[in-house]
Amino acid sequence: MARAVTTQRKAINTALAWAIGLLIFFPILWTILTSFKTEATAIADPPVFFFFDWTLENYGVVMERSNYGKFLWNSIAIAGGSTLLGVIIAVPAAWSMAFVPGRRTKDILLWMLSTKMLPAVGVLYPIYLLFIKLGILDSKIGLIIVLMLINLPIIVWMLYTYFREIPGEILEAARMDGAGLKEEIIHVLTPMALPGIASTVLLNLILAWNEAFWTLNLTAAEAAPLTAFIASYSSPEGLFFAKLSAASTMAIAPILILGWFSQKQLVRGLTFGAVK
Amino acid sequence: MATQHSRSAARLMMAPAVVLLLGWMLVPLTMTLYFSFKKYLPLRGGDLGWVGFENYVRFVTSSAFWPSIQTTLVLVGGVLIITTVLGILLALLLDQPMWGQGPVRILVIAPFFVMPTVSALVWKNFFMDANYGLFSYLWEFFGAEPIQWLSQASMPSLVLIVSWQWLPFATLILLTAIQSLDSEQLEAAEMDGAPALKRFWFIILPHLSRAISVVILIQTIFLLGIFAEIFVTTGGAFGTKTLTYLIYQRVLESQNIGLGSAGGVYAIILANIVAIFLMRIVGKNLDN
Repeated sequence: MARAVTTQRKAINTALAWAIGLLIFFPILWTILTSFKTEATAIADPPVFFFFDWTLENYGVVMERSNYGKFLWNSIAIAGGSTLLGVIIAVPAAWSMAFVPGRRTKDILLWMLSTKMLPAVGVLYPIYLLFIKLGILDSKIGLIIVLMLINLPIIVWMLYTYFREIPGEILEAARMDGAGLKEEIIHVLTPMALPGIASTVLLNLILAWNEAFWTLNLTAAEAAPLTAFIASYSSPEGLFFAKLSAASTMAIAPILILGWFSQKQLVRGLTFGAVK
Repeated sequence: MATQHSRSAARLMMAPAVVLLLGWMLVPLTMTLYFSFKKYLPLRGGDLGWVGFENYVRFVTSSAFWPSIQTTLVLVGGVLIITTVLGILLALLLDQPMWGQGPVRILVIAPFFVMPTVSALVWKNFFMDANYGLFSYLWEFFGAEPIQWLSQASMPSLVLIVSWQWLPFATLILLTAIQSLDSEQLEAAEMDGAPALKRFWFIILPHLSRAISVVILIQTIFLLGIFAEIFVTTGGAFGTKTLTYLIYQRVLESQNIGLGSAGGVYAIILANIVAIFLMRIVGKNLDN
């Protein structure tokens, strides 16, 4: 922007934006701060902000008592597995739609998007029943499949919008030089598409990590990921604010960091290319 | 330069994704439709035969139905209004020149990455707890009597939690749209002496109209399916039972599969009505 702005105006903007930004971020900041307090300090009246005896004891307690490692591993396996599986299935599909579009490509894309609109609760019992019959209720593989399916439309769409930005002339040149379909994909397309694929993976890790309908309803003790682990804190037992904070901080920290790297992709991925 | 050969290869490459999604859509949908016409109580007698449209009639005539529709409308409508209006204002602010724009943006976007169970419990305990929540301290500080937020003001509390989660999404998309606005047009209007409000109303808002409709439609689809936030805060009590939550309770809590499935069919129809509008916008964009 080339508009000349007075320093004063810029200072007002800055102050206002930072105040609002901190207000919006405050619940997260407060959770992180509380996780370093003792239970007594966590509910002190009046509330204390920075000047307390910082302690790591809550993290130790949460890790020991609730088998945090297992929940964490389940989250990683489910989010990672469903994303990986989804990308493997979506890359060829998006590739063919972007580079060999047929008459019905657009309809197929829109239809795929429409499956994303299916309300989960409308098919809760059928999936529940199928999972029991197949013996995959409360199993990681079951959730990997379901989360892959609900995110597949987004993965295909994102990859499609990225692939379409690769100029077709490059492919033609490769073909002229005698590259077959396989060489074309491995040596020409993949290197160019890698940033797009990486962004897609990132966004879908976040979505799968935070998914909280199927992970709550299809798991019990065995395959429960962090979403369910946190939900188990909804019935309070005595003093627990600091421990809840520690558990929450551990559940959101990895994804918060990933998320900050993927702001731009978020817009593209969640609006299906309708806003760029 | 697509040859016959590459066309059939392309079809083959599309097949796994198409087949999987087709199965994912058709199998459970058919089962839901099938169950919706049956009296089916797995814990009390199992499959008790066909009942025609009885489940559909009973679902809408039950005393819980209209309150659940009202709750759904309040939740979806409330969150949409708050996130869209604040999202526009926030996006306009973040587009202004300032120091530390990047960090501020990160602060604003952060809530979107917090998993629903965490954000619901953080609000429920650290802010809305009647004894130890920060809201109670705040109220007492100003000499007011703190209340049980999630029971005495359950819907406003729920709307607040969900709005906090979705404001970043609206802001980010609207900000992206504002940044694509041609700044010369705005400068010209400014030179011609158009006041800020007029510039907003006649240039910025029309430019944003598409992004706003995308925000509204996508959020509506996600908001209709809100589950975890209700599950861990009120469990559907105190008038927070949305259509989604009501169906969940019919299916998994009272194990009345026929009735729940009929409700599910209603939810699917509702979501599809919203989806049609969204698809139109997305489809249009696909052409150019």
